[in-house]
Amino acid sequence: METIKLTIDNKEIDVPKGTTIYKAAKELGIDIPTLCYMDLHDMNIENKPAGCRICVAEVSGRRNLAPTCSTNCEQGMVVKTHTPRVLNARRTVMEFILSDHPKDCLICAKSGNCELQAMAHRLGIREIPGAEYAEVSTYREDTSPSIIRDLDKCIMCRRCEMMCNEVQTVGALSAVNRGFMATVAPAFEQNLEHSTCTYCGQCVAVCPTGALTEVNHVPSVLRALVDPSKTVVVQTAPAVRVALGEEFGLEPGTIVTGKMTAALRALGFDYVFDTDFAADLTIMEEGTEFLERLTRYLKGDKNARIPILTSCCPGWVNFFEHYFPDLKDVPSTAKSPQQMFGAIAKTYFADKIGVNRKDMVVVSIMPCLAKKYECQRDEFSVDGNPDVDFSISTRELANFIKQANIDISNLHDEEFDSPLGESTGAGVIFGATGGVIEAACRTAYELYTGKKLQRLDFTELRGMEGVRSATIDFDGLPLNIGIAHGLGNARKLLNDVRSGKSQFHAIEVMACPGGCIGGGGQPLLHGNSEILKARATAIYEEDRKKPLRKSHENPFIIKLYEEFLGKPNSEKAHHLLHTHYFNKQSKVIIKQ
Amino acid sequence: MSKYNRHLLVCGGTGCHASESDSIVCNLRDELEAKDLADSVQVIITGCFGFCGKGPIVKVMPDNTFYVEVKPDDAKEIIEEHIIKGRKVTRLLYKDPLSNQPIPDSAAISQFRKQLRIVLRNCGFINPENIDEYIAREGYQALGKVLTEMTPEEVIKEVKDSGQRGRGGAGFSTGLKWELARRNQSDEKYVVCNADEGDPGAFMDRSVLEGDPHSVLEAMAICGFSIGASNGLIYIRAEYPLAIERLKIAINQAREYGLLGSDILGTGFNFDIKLRYGAGAFVCGEETALIHSMEGLRGEPTVKPPFPAEAGYRGKPTNVNNVETFAAIPAIILKGAKWFSSIGTEKSKGTKVFALAGKINNVGLIEVPMGTTLREVIFEIGGGIRNGKKFKGIQTGGPSGGCLSDKHLDTPIDFDNLLAAGSIMGSGAMIVLDEDDCMVSMAKFFLEFTVEESCGKCAPCRIGNKRLHELLGQICEGKGSLEDLDRLRNMSIVIKDTALCGLGQTSPNPVLSMLDNYYDEYVAHVTDKKCPAGQCRSLMEYVINAENCVGCTACARVCPVNAISGERKEVHLINPAICIKCGACMEKCKFDAIFIR
Repeated sequence: METIKLTIDNKEIDVPKGTTIYKAAKELGIDIPTLCYMDLHDMNIENKPAGCRICVAEVSGRRNLAPTCSTNCEQGMVVKTHTPRVLNARRTVMEFILSDHPKDCLICAKSGNCELQAMAHRLGIREIPGAEYAEVSTYREDTSPSIIRDLDKCIMCRRCEMMCNEVQTVGALSAVNRGFMATVAPAFEQNLEHSTCTYCGQCVAVCPTGALTEVNHVPSVLRALVDPSKTVVVQTAPAVRVALGEEFGLEPGTIVTGKMTAALRALGFDYVFDTDFAADLTIMEEGTEFLERLTRYLKGDKNARIPILTSCCPGWVNFFEHYFPDLKDVPSTAKSPQQMFGAIAKTYFADKIGVNRKDMVVVSIMPCLAKKYECQRDEFSVDGNPDVDFSISTRELANFIKQANIDISNLHDEEFDSPLGESTGAGVIFGATGGVIEAACRTAYELYTGKKLQRLDFTELRGMEGVRSATIDFDGLPLNIGIAHGLGNARKLLNDVRSGKSQFHAIEVMACPGGCIGGGGQPLLHGNSEILKARATAIYEEDRKKPLRKSHENPFIIKLYEEFLGKPNSEKAHHLLHTHYFNKQSKVIIKQ
Repeated sequence: MSKYNRHLLVCGGTGCHASESDSIVCNLRDELEAKDLADSVQVIITGCFGFCGKGPIVKVMPDNTFYVEVKPDDAKEIIEEHIIKGRKVTRLLYKDPLSNQPIPDSAAISQFRKQLRIVLRNCGFINPENIDEYIAREGYQALGKVLTEMTPEEVIKEVKDSGQRGRGGAGFSTGLKWELARRNQSDEKYVVCNADEGDPGAFMDRSVLEGDPHSVLEAMAICGFSIGASNGLIYIRAEYPLAIERLKIAINQAREYGLLGSDILGTGFNFDIKLRYGAGAFVCGEETALIHSMEGLRGEPTVKPPFPAEAGYRGKPTNVNNVETFAAIPAIILKGAKWFSSIGTEKSKGTKVFALAGKINNVGLIEVPMGTTLREVIFEIGGGIRNGKKFKGIQTGGPSGGCLSDKHLDTPIDFDNLLAAGSIMGSGAMIVLDEDDCMVSMAKFFLEFTVEESCGKCAPCRIGNKRLHELLGQICEGKGSLEDLDRLRNMSIVIKDTALCGLGQTSPNPVLSMLDNYYDEYVAHVTDKKCPAGQCRSLMEYVINAENCVGCTACARVCPVNAISGERKEVHLINPAICIKCGACMEKCKFDAIFIR
């Protein structure tokens, strides 16, 4: 590997060939400001269109200033990052960007969490010359079930386009128009609802400004909480408890399960339950379904659909409904844990406490934006009453807690309520990529072989590579498992399934890089992928600490079947806990 | 042996074409048929002569008679009087603008005398739709020489030694560019001809493609041989339908003759050319944006390095050259590097084609050796300023260039001199401005173009140019201040310094050069709130001269905003606060009582 020696701000450094000036500077402790640049190093995702021109520096031999994020180091290069020429250029360019941006920081959803705001502060901008007559590019606002697009605030960083096209391969967003009115939008500037958008929310997760934000359902939740006629039930996804603390200044990877539960109770929820319970339930249903298919398949039944695909991720469900509707019968018919929870809460639990389902409001706290869309799907309601009424993201919950004057770090840990609050470690690991299939393996192994598992930690299924595979020995039967996170990686596996080349028996797909811990509703990474790793570590730690780690050992799950469902895949279980999928391929509408 | 004793060359360039030159051709041919002369007099449609301000052009050979502004009905007279009776049609001859005398021999026309036509060597002489005529004028001989007598390295050396620099605007050494493409190993390489010609007012490339398309095809094949490419692509703007048609015909004819395709001239060399169309974006003339447009992506530039020679079309080594650059290559190969480098200045060799436009008498296309002065171009070749007005400036390089004033008139034109003077060579558009042109408005006009054409990717160009344009607008409306002139300068310098591609890096050039060369005019706009050239409407005042006004009320009645007051037979008054400066009153007044100050 060839080494390059160069000088940055009078400091010398040796770097491997192919290193950019920005990265070399970082190693020297020189923090060159950037706006459009984003490097999610551990996910192999890098965005460097070199469009914002904030990271420019003087480079020897170049007539103009060079963008350090996308300029490779060369032998003997001399770089200066803060000469008066550079500082003046950076300030003037920043003034340009701000001159074409709405001035409503005070009421913007991103205030305090906005990279543009932070940069303006860092660069000491005090005025925008010519603001009195400066034209501002304005666009129609678009509100979809999950995502709000306010393109007036777009700074053309192209991160959302990159995520949507290259990482997710959904292609709902791309640069449109030319020049001053250029922005990033769906084709023909249609609404997201009429595009192939899966609502995975990765665009929101990377947007540096308030151009892309989530729909805020907290007001609806608040209205339900203060309505005396309503019994408000809340469920929390596993990925939330390892990230919520970040919004309160705690280290990434701090587990705040007990404090979160206490906060939710303090907010006024009547019952604080755990989505992990429903995750255990999902394993029961999906695991049974899988084994049934597998058994038929191994006997030579040509109609048995193998591989089975997990179906708990609504962004992923949307994706295959749009792009692989011909494979509609391949995913598991099991609903997601969120929806299973809602279905059970408004039947089994509502009966138990004598509440009419119309008077019960089920709220979910999710790391996800697609869940907002999922709970609105027509098939997930009974006579117009949805199984899950509202889904709010980790970020919304944090804000809600702050509005209620609660300081989460000082709360004492509390426990979830029964019976829908007890879960095993298998339920927790749903939050990380590889977790769903690992949980499934723990149960499937014991159900299939009839033997006790010696090793509960299937570490071969864990990790951050986009496409992973492993073969698990089911007492002589080699079970091939495929895992993908990020829809672009899922597409690769699906193409193989479509062409018949796939060797897998089961495939787990999560739409978000890292799995749910990297969901569109989580505290923003601002380009730091180390946070994802910390959250994943926390998930597996929570699993290890649990007394019960296999879904089929959850006593409340056992009770649920005994009292109510009968057995997995029973008629009642099918009715409440299973679903079917739709062909969305032709549903891209171009409206005038 | 030709059986024709006379040739009638009719210009078929787009300009003359639009003025019915093809009808002239038809009528001439009909007349000759009727007079039984079709076997001895040939009518040929050629490419652009370059004398566009005086088209349609008909040139009679061999006596070099140059007829201008010919109409289809003149055909009969030309045949009867000139061809049959031997008497030139005096009224159609070009008249010298100073002496007003008709000039019978085109060699004596000042427009042509100082020109040295290398790139345009065949334009106006051959029928571009006939490959035999191209071959008859040494066409494809250079390709033959290259394929049978030279190695790729020798070809590259010849082009390098000639000193030719790219004619698209950047002026990079052609030979060096080819050498860099050759050096990069790859199974697939591409030769791309940039025929996007986006500069407004520029039509050099169009004239070459319409008038001598084979010169470009031959040059691309030569380039392919030297860099190791067998694929050629011509990216041509869709707004050039005639050029596209002539290229298609030329490519087909070359393929028929085995001069394009596989095993050219039996040497085993394969090279073929395809056309790709632009979709109306100036920015796609930038080589990386051009390449991405061809790849089906959004036509946006990307960061260089890597340069196309290393990773271009589809990630393969690609050489992109301008039409004019290519058109000179066959001549360089045949006549040699020494010949080419004997023309021009020390660092800018050869000739350059310019499109002369604006307030000049002889509007059109010219080709002159590098080193010709601006004075020679404007006053000798260009025939001086129209209507006897005073020269004020010449904008070179289109919206990416600067405006040079009379202190630059004796500058020998070449890449480095123009750069030092605050402008650029650009593609060759030259717009002449006179005393009636406001230099603030002109800068604003150029910014309008670049604001419209910016791709929008980088902040300084997308937003910065818009702000420059807005500020110039404020100044033109009398709302500017002295500090604003400093702002103009700073914004321009920063945009130039930080923009991602050549469009943004040069779009502030008009502003900076205007500030340098016409600062007083800018000060007048902001301090005195006056427009010395009389062009900025907001700074003009329409005034009624009390001595001449008879109170006829005609002006008051025609004023659309009721800004004029006054009783019948009394002197009228225009209220400047309401007046929208439409000029209707001035047009209506029969007593010459309204003037602008």
